[in-house]
Amino acid sequence: MEPTPESNNLTSSETRQSGPVGSGVDSSAPMLLSLRDITKSFGAVQALQHVDLDIPAGQVTALIGDNGAGKSTLIKTVSGIWAPTSGTMHWQGKEVHVHTPRDATHLGIATVYQDLALCDNLDIVQNMYLGREDTKVGLLDEISMELATTQTLKDLSVSTVKSVRQVVGSLSGGQRQAVAVARAVMRDSKLVILDEPTAALGVSQTAQVLDLIKTLSSRGIAVLVISHNLNDVFSVADRIAVMYLGTLVSHGPIANYDRNSAVEMITTGKSDRVAALASSN
Amino acid sequence: MSTETTTERPVSSANTSGVFRLMLKRFRRGDSGMIPIVIGLLVLGAYFQIRSSVFLSTGNLTNLMVQATIFVLLGIAEVWLLLLGEIDLSAGFNAGLAGAIATILVDQQFHWSWYFAVGLALIASTAFGALWGFLVIGLRLPSFIVTLAGQLGLEGLVLWIVDSQGTGGSISIHEPVLYNIVYGDFTPLFTIIFIVGTVLALSFSLIRKNASRASRNLESVPMPLMLLRIAGLVIGGGVLIWIFNSNRGKFTPIHGMPFAIMIVGVVLGGCTFIMNKTKPGRYIYAIGGNAEAARRAGIAVNRYRLMAFMMTGLISGIAGLVYVSNLNGISDSINGGTLVLYAVAAAVIGGTSLFGGRGKMVHALIGGVVIATIYNGMALIQLGAPQQYIATALVLLGAVTIDSLARRGSTIVK
Repeated sequence: MEPTPESNNLTSSETRQSGPVGSGVDSSAPMLLSLRDITKSFGAVQALQHVDLDIPAGQVTALIGDNGAGKSTLIKTVSGIWAPTSGTMHWQGKEVHVHTPRDATHLGIATVYQDLALCDNLDIVQNMYLGREDTKVGLLDEISMELATTQTLKDLSVSTVKSVRQVVGSLSGGQRQAVAVARAVMRDSKLVILDEPTAALGVSQTAQVLDLIKTLSSRGIAVLVISHNLNDVFSVADRIAVMYLGTLVSHGPIANYDRNSAVEMITTGKSDRVAALASSN
Repeated sequence: MSTETTTERPVSSANTSGVFRLMLKRFRRGDSGMIPIVIGLLVLGAYFQIRSSVFLSTGNLTNLMVQATIFVLLGIAEVWLLLLGEIDLSAGFNAGLAGAIATILVDQQFHWSWYFAVGLALIASTAFGALWGFLVIGLRLPSFIVTLAGQLGLEGLVLWIVDSQGTGGSISIHEPVLYNIVYGDFTPLFTIIFIVGTVLALSFSLIRKNASRASRNLESVPMPLMLLRIAGLVIGGGVLIWIFNSNRGKFTPIHGMPFAIMIVGVVLGGCTFIMNKTKPGRYIYAIGGNAEAARRAGIAVNRYRLMAFMMTGLISGIAGLVYVSNLNGISDSINGGTLVLYAVAAAVIGGTSLFGGRGKMVHALIGGVVIATIYNGMALIQLGAPQQYIATALVLLGAVTIDSLARRGSTIVK
C-alpha cells in the first residue's frame, strides 16, 4: 500500500486486510462503536478534525498521541461530556446521539477518567454503586450491594483489597484504579474507556492494572485506553489509534506498528514504517 | 478477595481484647466515633457536680436538655450543609423569623390556629433556605457570603416584624400549644412507652442488621461489642426515664418528658434515617466528598444541594419554634448570630467536618449537649457569660485538635 500520510490511510489499509492476517482483527465484523467524520470545535479552535475510528468488541484499543493531540477531547465526546460539532456515531451498527454522560452510560460506555471520580469519603461499595444504588422498599440495600461488589472484584481477580467497607481514601493508587474499573464493569459496560490508567502507578501496581485490562477484554468488553506509556500499550493493546493535532492520523492492529513507528506517528503525525508494516501484513 | 475480606471477620468470635483492638484500630483510622467527646462530657459533668451538687439533679438535667434543644436543632440544620462543605450563617435569624411569625400569628391580634401559624412559619424558613440555595447554586456564589448577607437581612426583617407590633420590642406567647413545646410534658407513662419503644426499635434494628450480615458471611460486629452497644442503649434509656419521670417541681409535682425533647428526637431520628438509609443521604455525602464524581455518576447534584439548603431552613424554623417557646416569646434582642455560631460549634465539636463529606446528625446532639452543659454548669457555679464563652472556645479548640490528631494517622485529611 502506498504511504499516504492522509488521515484516512489506515482506514483504507484496514479494508484491505480483511483476510486472515494474524492480527486478530476481523474488520468485516460489525464494530461496537464507529465514529465517522467527528469534528469538535471550541470557538475558533478545532480540537478534533474529521476523526474516523472503529472500536471492536473484546479488544483493547490504545489511543496514543502527544499532549494536546485531542485524545481527551475524543473520549469526552464519546462519553457524552459534550456533543461533537459534527459527525456521526454508530453503536452496534445503529446511529446514536450521545449528549450527556447518562446517554453514554445507557449505551454501555463507561469512562474511567484519570482523576477516577471516586469519593474518598465513601467506602468501596458505596463508590461502586454511586448513582445506581440497589434499594429494597425504597431504602438502600447494603447487603446486596456489598455481595455484588465482592463478587465483581473477585471476578476481576482484584485481590489486594482488604475490606470492601474501607473508605476509598485509604486505598493505594492501583487499588483505586481497580475500584474505578470494577465500577465500570459492574454497570454491564460494553466499552470501558480508561484515561491514563497507569500514569501515577508504580511497577507492580501498573502490572495489576494491565492484568485487569486483559481480564476485561477476555470477558468480551471493548477497552479504549489512553496511554503515554508505550510499554503498556504494546503489552496490552490489540489495536492502536494515533492522534496528532486533532486528527486521527492512523489506526489499525498492533501488528502494523512497532515502537519506533508509534513514536514517529505521535511526534510527526506520519510514518512510512506503519504503512510498510500494514501492507506487509 | 474473598480470603482477604475475612481478615476482619474473625474478631466476631474473639474476646474483649479483640474488641478493644478493633476500637483502637478505628480510632487510628479516624473514625473513633464520639468517644473522646463523650469522655470530655463526662469530665465536664463530674467537675460541675463537684462544684455544685445541683448539677446532676433530675430537674437540672431536664433543664440542661431543654437548653440544649436549640443548639442541637440548629446544629442538625447546619450538618445538612456542612456535609456538602457549605454553611448557613443565617440559620439563627431564620429560626428567629419562624419563631416571630408563629408568635405573632397566634397572638391576640391575629388569632390564627397554632397549626396554620406553625405551618406558615416553617414555610417561610424553608423558603429562605431555598432562596440561599438558589443564589449559591444558580449564581455560584459562596454560601458563606450569601448566608452572611442572609443573616444581616433576616436580622433586619425579624427586628422590623417584632418592633412593628408596637409592643415595645417583645411579644409573649399566650397560646397553649406554642407555649407547651418546652413547658408541656408527656405523661410519665407515655415517656416510658416512647423511650422503651425507641430503645427496642434501635436494638432490634442493630441485631437484625448484624444477623443478616452474618448469615451472608459478611463482616459483622463482634458479639461482645454488640452487647455493649445494646447495654449502652438500655442504660441510656433507663437514665432518661429516671431523669424525666422524677418529680422536678418545687411546689406542684412535675413529671415526664418535655415535648421539645421528643421534637429533637424525631428530627434527629428522621435526618439520621435519611442520611444512612436513603439515596438522597448517600448523595449528600458523595457530593460533599467529591461533587464532580457525584455529577459524573449521574447524580443531580444541584437538586440535592438545594434540598440540603431547604432542610437547613426547615429545621432552623423548627428550632425557632422551640426557641420562642423556651423564652416564652420573641424579642428584638434575639442574638441569631451567636446562636448560629454555637450551632456550627456543636456540629464541629461532635466531629463534623467543615469541608464536607464527613459528619453525622448525631454530632449535633453530642456537641449541643456539650455546649449546653458548659452554659448550664457555668451558670450553676455562678460564672458569667465571659467564662462561658471562653470555656466554649477551649472545648471547641480541644475537640478539633483531638479530632485532627486522631485523624493524622488516616489517609483522609478532612
